[in-house]
Amino acid sequence: MKLLREFIDKQKPHFVKGGRFEKLESTFEAFETFLFVPDKVTESGAHIRDAIDMKRTMIIVVMALVPALLFGIWNVGYQHFLSNSMTPDFWPMIGFGLLKVLPIVVVSYVVGLAIEFAFAQSRGHEVNEGFLVSGMLIPLVMPPDVPLWMVAVATAFAVIIGKEVFGGTGMNILNPALTARAFLFFAYPSEMSGDRVWIAEKADAYSGATPLGHLLVLDADKMPSDWSMFLGTIPGSIGETSTLAIILGAIVLVATGIGSLKIMLSVISGGLVMGLLFNLWGANAYMDIPAYQHLIMGGFAFGTVFMATDPVSASQTNRGKIIYGFLIGFIAVLIRVFNPAYPEGMMLSILLLNVFAPLIDHYVLQSNIKKRMKRAKAVIA
Amino acid sequence: MSTEKQEREPLFSAKNRKLLTNPLSTDNPITVQVLGICSALAVTAKLKPAFVMSLSVIAVIVFANLIISLLRNGIPPRIRIIVQLVVIASLVILVDQILKAFVFDVSKQLSVFVGLIITNCIIMGRLEAFAMGNKPWPSILDGIGNGLGYAWVLIAVGFVRELFGSGTLWGYSVIPETFYNFGYENNGFMILPPMALIIVGIIIWIQRARNPELVEEN
Repeated sequence: MKLLREFIDKQKPHFVKGGRFEKLESTFEAFETFLFVPDKVTESGAHIRDAIDMKRTMIIVVMALVPALLFGIWNVGYQHFLSNSMTPDFWPMIGFGLLKVLPIVVVSYVVGLAIEFAFAQSRGHEVNEGFLVSGMLIPLVMPPDVPLWMVAVATAFAVIIGKEVFGGTGMNILNPALTARAFLFFAYPSEMSGDRVWIAEKADAYSGATPLGHLLVLDADKMPSDWSMFLGTIPGSIGETSTLAIILGAIVLVATGIGSLKIMLSVISGGLVMGLLFNLWGANAYMDIPAYQHLIMGGFAFGTVFMATDPVSASQTNRGKIIYGFLIGFIAVLIRVFNPAYPEGMMLSILLLNVFAPLIDHYVLQSNIKKRMKRAKAVIA
Repeated sequence: MSTEKQEREPLFSAKNRKLLTNPLSTDNPITVQVLGICSALAVTAKLKPAFVMSLSVIAVIVFANLIISLLRNGIPPRIRIIVQLVVIASLVILVDQILKAFVFDVSKQLSVFVGLIITNCIIMGRLEAFAMGNKPWPSILDGIGNGLGYAWVLIAVGFVRELFGSGTLWGYSVIPETFYNFGYENNGFMILPPMALIIVGIIIWIQRARNPELVEEN
């Protein structure tokens, strides 16, 4: 460790202003602070001082994603062999899964980080660490069979149009990972929906529909059991299938105080309320499925825990968070049931509410100001 | 008529050249004034309609500018908007009939958007801001300049959208078959109107990055 520190300190003069590689200063800075917690502190003004900085925060989110990732890798292999009616051991499944998932992860990180570094360099900023999380979220919301060049195009689109045009990490309106997925969903629908893409190299005769896909054709009897949907042994995007693995991640996020429990709970209640309303209505088989099943199908759980709670694109005020979360769950189930051709209601509803989050905050603040003004006037009078 | 009192000024004096070139870049009706966005979104999914639309708008804006400039001293100020609209509407009807006669297929693709040239704010804006107060020759140049400024953005957007959205240009496929065999696919998002907005946004971004004078202060 000390050796590394000394090595970095020795290289530093080359990269600061006036050194040989001064153009690469932000690249150097990024690696230095990635390896060691920086000793710089803010010099003026009152600040809340905390032991962790952005890089450490982001790494915790990545760690929270690990259960979903590992399960996803296994499930990709499991689904593949299942569709070919083979039942190999644990390791071949993991091996096949790695072969499918790892390239997607690598492409997403390489493309995204390259763009981030290029922008930081040309603007003279420090490299921001937001992409550490986005780069892991993007592979997890992709179908296992997605062509790699599409992942690259979508990542580039999400980082440039979703983030850098607004000024980089912390300034984006939309969640970058969902922007990437939405881009693919509209640009290449044949690779992002239907029942062909959810199992890697699936045998032709085997139905690869996700639970939402079965519901689309009102095939409720073909639905997998609640238990397998909860465990995640169903076809779907790489990281979204296992509600259990996602809950493990949620525990990490809530325990470290990084993910907002308020948002998660309000998304869940929004989904449940809408599900129950549809149960009351019950006009078709889709409306009749038990409300709780909406929570374990498709991307609902994943979106709730990892997407809706994105601190940049979510509402900031406490009351705003509840409204924001509730509407996400509510609209997600609404889109699923009313427009089954867009099975990923969760993606669309989170993006929609991302856009409205600042507005919600604005009105929460205004109403608070009004309330206090009234109180102040009452005291004066 | 007032045009008789014209001072001797070279046809392409520096001032007149500016009328022609400014709208192409620093005073572009779409990327700087952000006018005429509706049609830029609606007709640019393919290159051909974008091109025909551009020609139509150039024709309407040039002749409307000329006519209004000739009439400018005879128009009672209180009804000038109506007069301008009548002129534009007659020209648009002419253009529409010509399109129907000679390029019927494109005319069908453009459908209602030819008629909607009447409501294109660029044209109304030029008449009100320029032709009402300037002589015919500068008005013609201003019309050509603004028309071309509108046209190049439309054609650029149409080019990108058709190339990546349909793999064709002017209806001919340009992306080789081998690409598709290797798994390339046309980008369906390019066909949807939001992508036109994003492409216009990128053009604005590039333009302002190269010319910081255009960046508004907030």
